[in-house]
Amino acid sequence: MAESTRPPVDHVVDAPLTSPAATQGLLEVFRHRYLLKLLVRREISARYSGSFLGLIWSYINPLSQFLIYVFIFVLLLERDRTENFAIHIFTALIVVHFFTETFNAGTRSIVRNKALIRKMSLPKEMFPVASMLVSLYHVAPQLVILVIACVPYGWTPDVLGMLAFLLALGIIMLLGTALALLFSVANVYFRDFASAVGILTNFVRFSVPMIYPFTLVEERFKGFSEYYLYNPLAEAVLLVQRAFWVGTTSDPAATAATELPDHLFTRGLVMLAIAGLALVAAQLVFRSLEDKIPERLN
Amino acid sequence: MSYPSSTSIVVENATKAFTLRYHRTFKEVSVAKMRGQQISDTFKALDDVSFTVEQGESIGLMGLNGSGKSTLLKLVNGIMKPDSGKVLTRGRIAGLIATGAGFHPQLTGRENVYLNAAVFGMGERETNRKLDEIIEFANIGKHLDSPVGNYSSGMYARLGFAVAINVDCDIFLADEALAVGDKPFKRKCLEKMEEVRNSGTTVFYVSHAAGSVRRMCDRVLVLEEGRLGFDGDVDAGIKYVKYDSDDEDKDDDELGADI
Repeated sequence: MAESTRPPVDHVVDAPLTSPAATQGLLEVFRHRYLLKLLVRREISARYSGSFLGLIWSYINPLSQFLIYVFIFVLLLERDRTENFAIHIFTALIVVHFFTETFNAGTRSIVRNKALIRKMSLPKEMFPVASMLVSLYHVAPQLVILVIACVPYGWTPDVLGMLAFLLALGIIMLLGTALALLFSVANVYFRDFASAVGILTNFVRFSVPMIYPFTLVEERFKGFSEYYLYNPLAEAVLLVQRAFWVGTTSDPAATAATELPDHLFTRGLVMLAIAGLALVAAQLVFRSLEDKIPERLN
Repeated sequence: MSYPSSTSIVVENATKAFTLRYHRTFKEVSVAKMRGQQISDTFKALDDVSFTVEQGESIGLMGLNGSGKSTLLKLVNGIMKPDSGKVLTRGRIAGLIATGAGFHPQLTGRENVYLNAAVFGMGERETNRKLDEIIEFANIGKHLDSPVGNYSSGMYARLGFAVAINVDCDIFLADEALAVGDKPFKRKCLEKMEEVRNSGTTVFYVSHAAGSVRRMCDRVLVLEEGRLGFDGDVDAGIKYVKYDSDDEDKDDDELGADI
């Protein structure tokens, strides 16, 4: 045998002596973005694996919802108070779906990934963030359907409208991640939270101007419509309606003036800042509770 | 306290306690409150454990069941933090600890290799470079591109091992039954682990098998009910846990089979 015993190799490690546990929170998630990408891809491809239609399902689902609302509210109830009511509903539905998916899946994310968390030291914020990104990915097919529905009404994209849409996405991304962080760790302590979140998200679609126009709130509640607008989800829905629905009406300028609240963009930016602060607060709470996660996952 | 640049692992007065039972229902809690019973009870899995390991040392961690070996390994790996004291490590940690972690049954073997490697902190390029080696080690042939849910348990475990053992790391932890796989595969694992050790990687090996500890390690730590009972020479350590009377030939075959 030519093989001889190996001489001892000097293995020099050029790294600091640090705690092996991940401690940087969301920053650490950013540093692990390749793993994050793979986790998101795993979620998406696993959801449709074994099905013949595959990713087409992510189009069928929102399309069927859209058609149901068209049937009920446009054909059956003949609501003609609001122009293009089906599109009014669908713009809101996109926001509601994105938020509730993030909130629900995010809340369950840590318990669902316990096999991984119990075996390897990873930033645990990774899992709620991945849930948010999976939900964000599913916004794309809904957006395609929305645009196809808008174009026949003479809708054309405008810069301000697209900014409004991005602002709305930003608000939901930050707020959804903040809530997913908080409730994912709470769900480790008491599994009741996943059930509670399921109920909470049932209310979301009625708390935003979806099956009723915002003007109705102003009309009925007069001075209190200001409080209604403190809901970041309502604000996000109005921004998306500014981006798509307003452009489909016969006189977009008039619609924007009468159907949307004043200072829409200023409110949106304030909401974005608040959602950002909520995320920071959620991260701090998460940090203080995460050390007990591995031993409570069993 | 400062440590030289050759220090690989520092465990300083580490203590870790667990609550015996966490999840209680509303009914149980209220009944216990009414009767004035205690709601929770804790026990110390690790009690004031201290030691340091130099880069390139090969440590055998021994002790009876429930002595805190797995908890200590979890602290070193960073899955858990000590309640008091501290644990410090230098460089990338991998090993036979998270084999098959994150495997999704509906994804193919190849996709799972990338995911599992990323869990160990490997990037895309590094995984590409190592892929042939991993595939060869796992030796699962054309099954690589079918979903791992269809794998036999042996194939599943081999793929997990193949990824874990091929990660370039500075600290190699091993705490998993090598009971999976057939005899040639076990031998291949042991050879690979010796190769890892000889390359200057710190090895932290939890085992009940005196034979393989003797073969792999140059220092033994023994835990007794959460306390460090012994730290030193391999043969003396094995004598300390009274495993020296075991049948040696059998141990070598069952390399860490029952942890």
